[in-house]
Amino acid sequence: MNDESGRDSGRIRIRVMDYFAQQFINGVSLGAIYGLIAIGYTMVYGIIGMINFAHGEIYMIGAFIALMAVVAFGISEGGLVVLALLSALLVSMALTSLYGWVLERVAYRPLRGTQRLAALISAIGMSIALQNYVQLTQGARVKTLPPIIRGGFEFQFGNTEFIVRLSTLQILIVVVTLALMAIFALLIAKTALGRAQRACQQDQSMAALLGVNVDRTISLTFVMGAALASVAGLMVTLYYGVIDFFVGFIAGVKAFTAAVLGGIGSIPGAMLGGLLIGLTEAMWSGYFSIEYKDVATFSILVIVLIFLPTGILGTPEVEKV
Amino acid sequence: MNSPHAASLRDAALVAGIAGILAFPFVGLLLTTEGTAPTLSTRFPEFAGAVVVIFFGRLGISAARRGHGLLPLVLGLAMAAGGAFSLVVEATGLGASGTAIWHAFVPGTFLSTVACAGGIAIAGLAGRNYLMQGRQPAERTPLPMGQLLLWLGIALAGFAILLPLLPGVDRRLIDVATLVLTYVMLGWGLNIVVGLAGLLDLGYVAFYAVGAYSYALLSVTFGWSFWVCLPVAGALAALFGILLGFPVLRLRGDYLAIVTLGFGEMIRIILLNWYDFTNGPDGITNIGRPSFFGLPFASKPEQGTESFHTFFGVAYDPVHRLIFMYYLILALAFVTNAFTLRIRRLPIGRAWEALREDEIACRSLGVNPRNTKLSAFAIGAMFAGFAGSFFATRQGFVSPESFTFIESAILVAIVVLGGMGSQIGVAVAAIILVGLPEYFRELQEYRMLAFGMGMVLIMLWRPGGLLTHREPTIRTRPAPA
Repeated sequence: MNDESGRDSGRIRIRVMDYFAQQFINGVSLGAIYGLIAIGYTMVYGIIGMINFAHGEIYMIGAFIALMAVVAFGISEGGLVVLALLSALLVSMALTSLYGWVLERVAYRPLRGTQRLAALISAIGMSIALQNYVQLTQGARVKTLPPIIRGGFEFQFGNTEFIVRLSTLQILIVVVTLALMAIFALLIAKTALGRAQRACQQDQSMAALLGVNVDRTISLTFVMGAALASVAGLMVTLYYGVIDFFVGFIAGVKAFTAAVLGGIGSIPGAMLGGLLIGLTEAMWSGYFSIEYKDVATFSILVIVLIFLPTGILGTPEVEKV
Repeated sequence: MNSPHAASLRDAALVAGIAGILAFPFVGLLLTTEGTAPTLSTRFPEFAGAVVVIFFGRLGISAARRGHGLLPLVLGLAMAAGGAFSLVVEATGLGASGTAIWHAFVPGTFLSTVACAGGIAIAGLAGRNYLMQGRQPAERTPLPMGQLLLWLGIALAGFAILLPLLPGVDRRLIDVATLVLTYVMLGWGLNIVVGLAGLLDLGYVAFYAVGAYSYALLSVTFGWSFWVCLPVAGALAALFGILLGFPVLRLRGDYLAIVTLGFGEMIRIILLNWYDFTNGPDGITNIGRPSFFGLPFASKPEQGTESFHTFFGVAYDPVHRLIFMYYLILALAFVTNAFTLRIRRLPIGRAWEALREDEIACRSLGVNPRNTKLSAFAIGAMFAGFAGSFFATRQGFVSPESFTFIESAILVAIVVLGGMGSQIGVAVAAIILVGLPEYFRELQEYRMLAFGMGMVLIMLWRPGGLLTHREPTIRTRPAPA
């Protein structure tokens, strides 16, 4: 009797661990995607101090172009999947970057140096316009893509029925994200562009006096952010297989939350924030209620901001009179 | 060809080229994923039409900007004529019934409208250049803006009061005007938070929702009347403002913006999912309508009671209620305005504005930033609560649908476009942003696209807002004559 119940609780504990592991895997893949979008917010905020509200829409546009490219390259379950996906990624990155560049050029650059809210309103306007542009031209119904990358690993701990799945796609998402993170860290730390960006972040007029082309640096920041967002767009399209014109809004808000959570202006912070948001969302959906997962995310944001007003990896701001 | 024209052509070609690359996947292709396999179909006529319109539009604009008269005039008129022609072709059905070649040249209503409107705008710019040629621009005398705005305000208020009595005013116009006034009131309420206290609130719609649901629930559950619920709804919204503001108000501008945005979404999600309390996505129906000092606007009053039309001995007309609603929101809006104008002269109002300008200086001078910000937040929320209960009683129905982020965005846009703190500016911006799109509902598919682009264009045109002039709150010496 006693022995029996002990074994039962052991089994339940294993199942709890399995379930946790599964949610952890899902959370990390989701978090990697949020992190990629968050980098775009954090870089732009770091350099010109504005919330690029239309960044979520850039990500949505990236997802649409990626999906179109995937369809155009006619992906079947043949051997050329990798090549086709890679070309879809390149097309999407190129076009989305152009969107990011034009966005900055048209809607933000003329407003630089005017009151701070003007650029934010312009960004909100751009976000509404881009959403409706895609809805008008491509229709309001969701676009779906059948799964392309199948397969993965299954783990079974003990003799429970619960199987923990780690799909190839999830591994791919995390690997691609880590690789991009590494490339970006190098880009910012070692190249002339990265140096120029850091200089503009500290003091734009001083940087300009020392020969940094501020306009070009800011443009390239937008281009880089948009390119990363389009990678996230492709991965989401592959992962969930469903997109519509509205995906940018909520993903954008969450990614911005991630950027603030990690400490705005810090790229590792954006990644960390993305992971935390992804994990919170997955765990909350897994253990509590899926309807309130967004409430949980925002509550975390409020709590962190109250106790750590500059985010986890942000540098405290010194107020000067 | 001389070089400025060549440069214009190059510039127009570059812009059209970039726009073409950007538009190609969305305008030139159509993705369909219904059915067995996802397919891409092409829409090259529309795409080519768009690129051509952009090319000539850009050419016209850059020529007009450079002060040329004739070239942009001709271009603009040609564009307008082309757009109008294809609109006519489409409207009369020539495009559909005629040969296929016609159809290929009709680029769709939207593009034709854009070409037509853009052409007229370019021609107008060019016409002005033409008239101004060889003339010195007149010396501008600075206008007495304060006086002017005061008169504009009085004129607008007078017009608003007389509007339902004017001849030719129909139900639809009164409806739109009521909606605009709701946004004017919300804009004035938000102006206290954003314009005066300088706190960027992207979740203002949450308080609007609290007000609307307070009235809806109280009215449906307890049968309380509108006039009893109005202060209760305002107080509840203010309470929510304090509850939210308490932890987050020490955050700096953009953090505050994102937290308030999150709060607005949280309220909406809770309203959507707390089915037992709010009836979830189905919303609350049969919300009580307000009465005219106890006289309901019913066509058949209950036995033994009187309704508005029997009491005054006039024939029943549903428009009575609409007009009453109109005056109700007008009165509420005036109260908000009067309150704001008065409180700006009180110590608390001055503390808000001082805090907006320099928080550190305020703290050194003994202003408590937290309490000051909280009061602005709570009072702003209270007015949103009033407007919310008005919304609930006007619609007779509330659901979470009405309280999405886009409403908050529109409100912030109204305040910022209006010029941050300018009361008349808010009213003008509300008319432009809410009234115009509402009146052109025929174009509803393109409404939000035009709305978003309009926000960007107004910001680019006047980054400080439509009416940047703001009377100083205090003058240390008499106003200059």
